[in-house]
Amino acid sequence: MAIMKADKLGVSVAKGPSLMTGAVPKKDWPDVEAIFKPGNYAYPAKKEMIEYHSQKTLPTHPGLFGEARDWDPETDDWKLPENWKEIILNGIKERLDKFRSLKIFMDCCVRCGACADKCHFFLGTGDPKNMPVLRAELLRSVYRNDFTLGGKILGKMAGGREMTFGVLKEWFMYFYQCTECRRCSVFCPYGIDTAEITMMGRELLHLVGVNINWIMEPAANSNRTGNHMGLQPHTFKDNIMYLCDDIEEITGIRVNPTFNRKGAEVLFITPSADVFAEPGIYTAMGYLLLFHHIGLDYTWSTYASEGGNFGLFTNNEMMKKLNGKMYAEAKRLGVKWILGGECGHMWRVVHQYMDTMNGPADFLEVPTSPITGTRFDNAASTKMVHISEFTADLIKHGKLKLDPKRNDHRIATYHDSCNPARAMGLIEEPRYVLKNVVNNFHEMPENTIRESTFCCGSGTGLNTDEIMELRMRSGLPRANAVKHVRDKHAVNMLSCVCAIDRATLTSLNNYWNPDVEVCGVSELVGNALVMEGEKERETGLRFEPLAGMEG
Amino acid sequence: MRILSPFIAVLALIAVALVAAQVPGGQALVGIILPYLAFALFLGGFAYRVLYWAKSPVPFRIPTTCGQANSLPWIKQNKIDCPSSKLGVIARMFLEVFLFRSLFRNTKAEMHEGPKLVYGSSKFLWLFAILFHYCFLVIILRHMRLFMDPVPGFVAALEFGDGFLQIGAPVFYQTDAIFLGAIAFLFLRRVMLSNIRYISLPGDYFPLFLIFGIAFTGILMRYVFRADVVAIKQLTHGLATFSPAIAAGQIGSIFFIHVFLVCALLIYIPFSKLMHMAGVFMSPTRNMVNNSRMVRHINPWNDPNIKPHSYAGYEDEFREFMKEGGIPVEKE
Repeated sequence: MAIMKADKLGVSVAKGPSLMTGAVPKKDWPDVEAIFKPGNYAYPAKKEMIEYHSQKTLPTHPGLFGEARDWDPETDDWKLPENWKEIILNGIKERLDKFRSLKIFMDCCVRCGACADKCHFFLGTGDPKNMPVLRAELLRSVYRNDFTLGGKILGKMAGGREMTFGVLKEWFMYFYQCTECRRCSVFCPYGIDTAEITMMGRELLHLVGVNINWIMEPAANSNRTGNHMGLQPHTFKDNIMYLCDDIEEITGIRVNPTFNRKGAEVLFITPSADVFAEPGIYTAMGYLLLFHHIGLDYTWSTYASEGGNFGLFTNNEMMKKLNGKMYAEAKRLGVKWILGGECGHMWRVVHQYMDTMNGPADFLEVPTSPITGTRFDNAASTKMVHISEFTADLIKHGKLKLDPKRNDHRIATYHDSCNPARAMGLIEEPRYVLKNVVNNFHEMPENTIRESTFCCGSGTGLNTDEIMELRMRSGLPRANAVKHVRDKHAVNMLSCVCAIDRATLTSLNNYWNPDVEVCGVSELVGNALVMEGEKERETGLRFEPLAGMEG
Repeated sequence: MRILSPFIAVLALIAVALVAAQVPGGQALVGIILPYLAFALFLGGFAYRVLYWAKSPVPFRIPTTCGQANSLPWIKQNKIDCPSSKLGVIARMFLEVFLFRSLFRNTKAEMHEGPKLVYGSSKFLWLFAILFHYCFLVIILRHMRLFMDPVPGFVAALEFGDGFLQIGAPVFYQTDAIFLGAIAFLFLRRVMLSNIRYISLPGDYFPLFLIFGIAFTGILMRYVFRADVVAIKQLTHGLATFSPAIAAGQIGSIFFIHVFLVCALLIYIPFSKLMHMAGVFMSPTRNMVNNSRMVRHINPWNDPNIKPHSYAGYEDEFREFMKEGGIPVEKE
C-alpha cells in the first residue's frame, strides 16, 4: 500500500492533532469507536489457513482458532459465532486460572501513567489507546465488569465495561498495535507487562476466529515445512548452497555445510529468513564462514529450519507445537547441543519457554565449545547457546583471526532487539563481538538502547505491507535514534541480532534514514574473518567494495 | 463525572459519620463496631485476594530483564536488575518495594518538529510517590501509640524525629504537611496532565479524596479542635484489648468522622487497586530469577498431548525431494 512521503508523515507525527502533541480527544476513551479502514489493519487469515490449523496443527484442541471463514474487518458483520461473548468470557476465566500474571496485572494497575510515553506505538501515533495502560484497560474493563465484586455491583462507576462487539473491535485493533516488546514493563512500578496482556488478548480473539493472515500463514508453513517461508527441504538446502557459491567468489574458500546429518556435535538453528531474504542472507554467510573458520562439527536441519516461532504471536499451544521441533530434531540427529542464530523473539521462546514447554532435554549435554572448552553453564538445562555468546567466547580466547579494517567502510551502531534485551539479558555479548570486528562503533542515545531499547515497530507478526504507515509511525522512535547517530557520527550501518529487525529496520531506514543499511552482527564477523587460504578480499559479503578498494 | 462522583462519595461518607456521631448509639457504632468490622473485612478481603492470586500458577518464568544476564564469566552481570539467584531477586524486590526502583527510571518523551523525539529525566512522580508512601507509613506507625501501652520506643523515637522542628503546641509533625502536599501533587498531576487525566477512573480519584479526608480530619483533630486525647486513647486502647468503652460526651464528632473514613478505606482496599501493596510482591516479571536456561521451570498444566509435527510425517511428504537434493532420509 502506498503511503505518504516521510517528510509529510513527519509533519503529521509532530504537528497533527494527537495526545502526543497535546490534543485531548473530546470523548472519553470507552466512547471512542475503533474504525477499520484500509491501511490501519492487517488482513484476516485466509479461510484455508484456519482450516489447516484446526485440522493439522492442533486437531487435539478444537476451537482454539474459532471458525474458518472469510470475513472483513471493515464491515460490522465479522461472522462471529452466535455465542461469541460467552466464548470470550469463558476464555478469560480459563486464562485467569492458568496465569497468575494475568490476575496480578488486571488487579494492580494504579494508572500512574509511567508507561504512557514508553510505547513506540503511542509515540508514533499519539493514539490514547496505544498507551500501555489504556491497551490493558481494554481488557481490564471487561475483567472488572464480570470478574470483580466492585464491577458487578457498581459497573461503570468501578471502571467496568460490558463485553460488546465494539470492545472486540478495539481488541482487534490495539492488540495488533502492540509488538510485545516489554519496554513499558521496565518502567512499571509493578512490572505489569503489556506483552502478557496482548498475548492474552490475542489468544481470546483467536477463540472467536479473529486473527491476521500474516501470522497464521507463516505458522502453517512452519508446521508443515519446518520454516515460516514455506521452503521445502531441497529449496532450503539450495538457498544455502547459493550462499556458499557467493562465499567462494568473494573469498576463494569453499565452505561445505551439511544437512540433517546424524552424529554431528552441534545442531544449528536460525530464522529461515537468514537463508532466504536480504539482508539476512549476509548474516547467514557470516555463520557459514565462522563455522568453517573454526572447523565446527555441525549440521543444519531442513526439518527444524525455523528459529522464529509464530506461535508466540498466537497462543501458547501453537508456540509449544512449533517449538517442539527443535528438541525433536536434536534428539533424532543425536547431537550434543544446539546453537541458535540471531533472532529476537526466537530467543524469547528459547530462553523463557522452551525448556518448560518441551523439556527436559536430558538427551543433550551441557553445551561446551569444542574450540575453547568453555562450558556454557548459563544454558545447562536448555542446552541451547546464542551465537553471540558463542562468538564472544571464541574472540575472548583468541580463536578467531580477525581483520576489523575490512569493515572500515562501515560506521556501525547497534540495535538491541526487544526480546534478547528485556526477556533474556543478552546485552554485552553482541557489543563485545562488534567492538572486535569493526573499528567504528557508536552507541545510540542512552534512552533508546539496552533495556530501554525501542522496538523496530513491526514485531509479533506485524511486518506486513498493508499497515506500512502504522509501521513507519511505530518505528519512528527507533529511526529517530538512528538518525541521531547518523547525523552526529555518520553512522551508515545499523547492526542487530534479530531476523525480523533485519527485514523491518531495512524498510524503516529506507523510509526515515535512506542512507543507513541494516545487518546482522554475524555479517560483520564474516567480513572480518581472515580465512586460511583465502584470496585477497576486494568486496564485503554484499559484493560491496571495501574501504580503499572502491572503483 | 469521573472526578465529581468520587468526591461526592467521600462527602457523603463524612455526612453519614457526622450524623452517626450525634444520634444515640451512633458513637458506639462508629467507634467500636465499625472498626472491628472494617478490620475484619480488611484482613479477610486482603487474604482472599492474595489467595485468589496464589491459586493460579506461574506457568512460565518471565522476568523482565533490565540489565546484563549471567553469561560468560568475564562479562559483568547486572545482578540486581537481571538476577540469576534468589539473593539477587531479594535485592531487586527490596529496591522495588522500598525505593520504587522502576519508577525512578521514569523519563518524559517529547515530540518536536523534525520529527525529533527527546527524552528528559522525570523524577517528580517518583519523588512524590515516595513521600506519600513513607509519610503514610510514619503516620500509621505513630498511631501505634494509641493502641499500645506502654508506647514502644520506636514510636516515641518516630514522634520525636517527626516533630524535630518543635513548632507549635502540640508539636507539629512535618509528615502531616508533606503527606497533604504529596496527595495534592498526585491529584493535581492526575487532573492537569492531559494523558493522565484521560486514563483516570473514579477508582483513581476516590482513594485520593478519601485519604486526603482522613489526613485532613486527623490534622484538624490534633491542631484545631484539640480532641480529648485521654478519652480517645481509652477507646482505642480498649479496642486493641477487646474491652472497648466510650467515655460519653468527651470525644468530638471530628474523631468519629476520622475513624469512619479510616474504616471506609480499610474496607475499600481489598476491592481496589490499592491491593498493589500486595501485588507488587507477586509480580512474575519482578520476583523471578532469570535462570530459565539453567534450571527448568515447571508448568503444572503443560500439555503433553501437544507434540511437534513429526519428522516421519515431514519425510513422508518430502522424501523424493530430499533424496534428489542429496539430503539424508530415514526410509529409502
